Amino acid sequence: MDKLFDFELMGRLLALPYVQAALVAAAILGLLAGVLGPLIVSRNMAFAVHGTSELSFTGGAAALLLGINVGHGALAGAVVAALVLGLLSRRSSDHDSVIGAVLSFGLGVGVLLLWFYPGRANSKFGLLVGQIVGVDFASIALLSACGIGVMVVLLVIYRPLLFSSVDPDVAKARGVPVGGLSVVFAVLVGVATALGVQTVGALLVLALMITPAAAAARVTASPLRATVLAVVFAEASALGGFILSLAPGAPVSAFVTGISFFIYLVCWTISRLRGRSARGAAVVAVPVPAQ
Amino acid sequence: MEQHVPAISLRDATLGYGDRILWSGLNLDVEPGEFVAVLGPNGSGKTSLLRVLLGLRPLSSGTARIAGEPPGRGNRRIGYVPQQRAIDAPIRGRDLVGLGLDGHRWGTGVSRIRQRRQRVDQAIAEVGAEAFAKAPVSLLSGGEQQRLRVAQALVSDPDVLLCDEPLLSLDLANQQVVSALIDKRRRTADTAVLFVTHEINPVLPLVDRILYLVDGRFRIGRPDEVMTSETLSELYRTKIDVVRVRGQIHVVGAQSGLCEDQTHHLHEEPA
Repeated sequence: MDKLFDFELMGRLLALPYVQAALVAAAILGLLAGVLGPLIVSRNMAFAVHGTSELSFTGGAAALLLGINVGHGALAGAVVAALVLGLLSRRSSDHDSVIGAVLSFGLGVGVLLLWFYPGRANSKFGLLVGQIVGVDFASIALLSACGIGVMVVLLVIYRPLLFSSVDPDVAKARGVPVGGLSVVFAVLVGVATALGVQTVGALLVLALMITPAAAAARVTASPLRATVLAVVFAEASALGGFILSLAPGAPVSAFVTGISFFIYLVCWTISRLRGRSARGAAVVAVPVPAQ
Repeated sequence: MEQHVPAISLRDATLGYGDRILWSGLNLDVEPGEFVAVLGPNGSGKTSLLRVLLGLRPLSSGTARIAGEPPGRGNRRIGYVPQQRAIDAPIRGRDLVGLGLDGHRWGTGVSRIRQRRQRVDQAIAEVGAEAFAKAPVSLLSGGEQQRLRVAQALVSDPDVLLCDEPLLSLDLANQQVVSALIDKRRRTADTAVLFVTHEINPVLPLVDRILYLVDGRFRIGRPDEVMTSETLSELYRTKIDVVRVRGQIHVVGAQSGLCEDQTHHLHEEPA
């Protein structure tokens, strides 16, 4: 426990180039997760993100076995998974069962692929819970490129995407290509998820993609404010979790999920307190017109 | 002399799915400022007519024009008011209205932000929704949500308003508020209104003409022409009694075909 607050050790570690590279990676991931999160929450896609992240593990495992870059494999796996999930489950009623079916099969394949791999157990475990300190500069370049790509696409499609996320029927009536946008969004989520798998691992990607946005949605209904808050929360979790994990050398994911869940609890408490005082004010009388 | 252009024009229009014909030989002109109600039992193709006009599905044959153009996706001169549905996504009323203005546009829209705010404020004021426009939509009553829906449809200043059961699941007071808002719009701005409903009474005083669809047959005319025992018996091909009680119209004898006061079935339709 003493190690947790060993600021001298923390400072020395922060000066190391590979630690700084990891910080940059965490910052890019936090930004992406914060920007995509509110849309994921609006579209009820938390389980799809979970499925995508697990299947990026399968892609990573395949890459490991084939001897290519694990990051590229995870990216490919996540994008393929996101596309499959996006195309197979247009109807929201069977959304969850489709994800469940695809997810379990994909994970099974991933486990089999890891079993084939003759290397060290460490690198296998890293795919599941994250190994941000292993991020090299090539990965940073890939991360930045993907991050910029996702942000640019998002800027262009943001309004139609928001429209089709919160109000699909009217969006369709207004000529928004709702189906096409859900496929594009699935790919964006796939890319961001794959990046998340590198840092916090496949199992804990939800901590950055979902929890900050869900927390923000508790305290504001404005899409702009929710996005800003989600970015702040995601950055606090990603960067804070990473820095705190340095001195004790503990797993990053434990700290990232801990911080993001703490933020969620605070926001949940705020919304409960507010709900109690504002319920009376939210009810507005409807005037009855003269007959 | 400038040629007269109806807001909606259907010529010999036919719509069917596979072998099944919903309606055929439909000729209908809706004039600017006219309020036309579309009535009929389930599956008679009321909503499908709206989908044709919105450019979401093609006619099987015949032609359609709306706001001076053939139906196409995203015609900016059409406003659309849907039926009330629960919105659980975290969003405020004014955001929903704003999406009606520019939700279809690509890019960031930062350059237009001031003009956007003005128009959204104005649309919210027109439906008297200022008091709750900043609250999360999920906390609003059905009536409040539908007022915002009208604002969302009007914010783009449409020439034609297509309404799909907008009064469904509202109480009487809110039905009157929402239909009065729609009526005000067509009177002040000459906007044509095509209003799909299964319940004529809330809008009866506002309606200029009725399009009544039953099993591929239809009748178009003033309410006092269409809502008669004779006409409806002919349409339903069974004995129908139209009873007028205190200014309201009740249709008796078409239990299987008519769905007055039955609201649950609409939620079974795919979204």
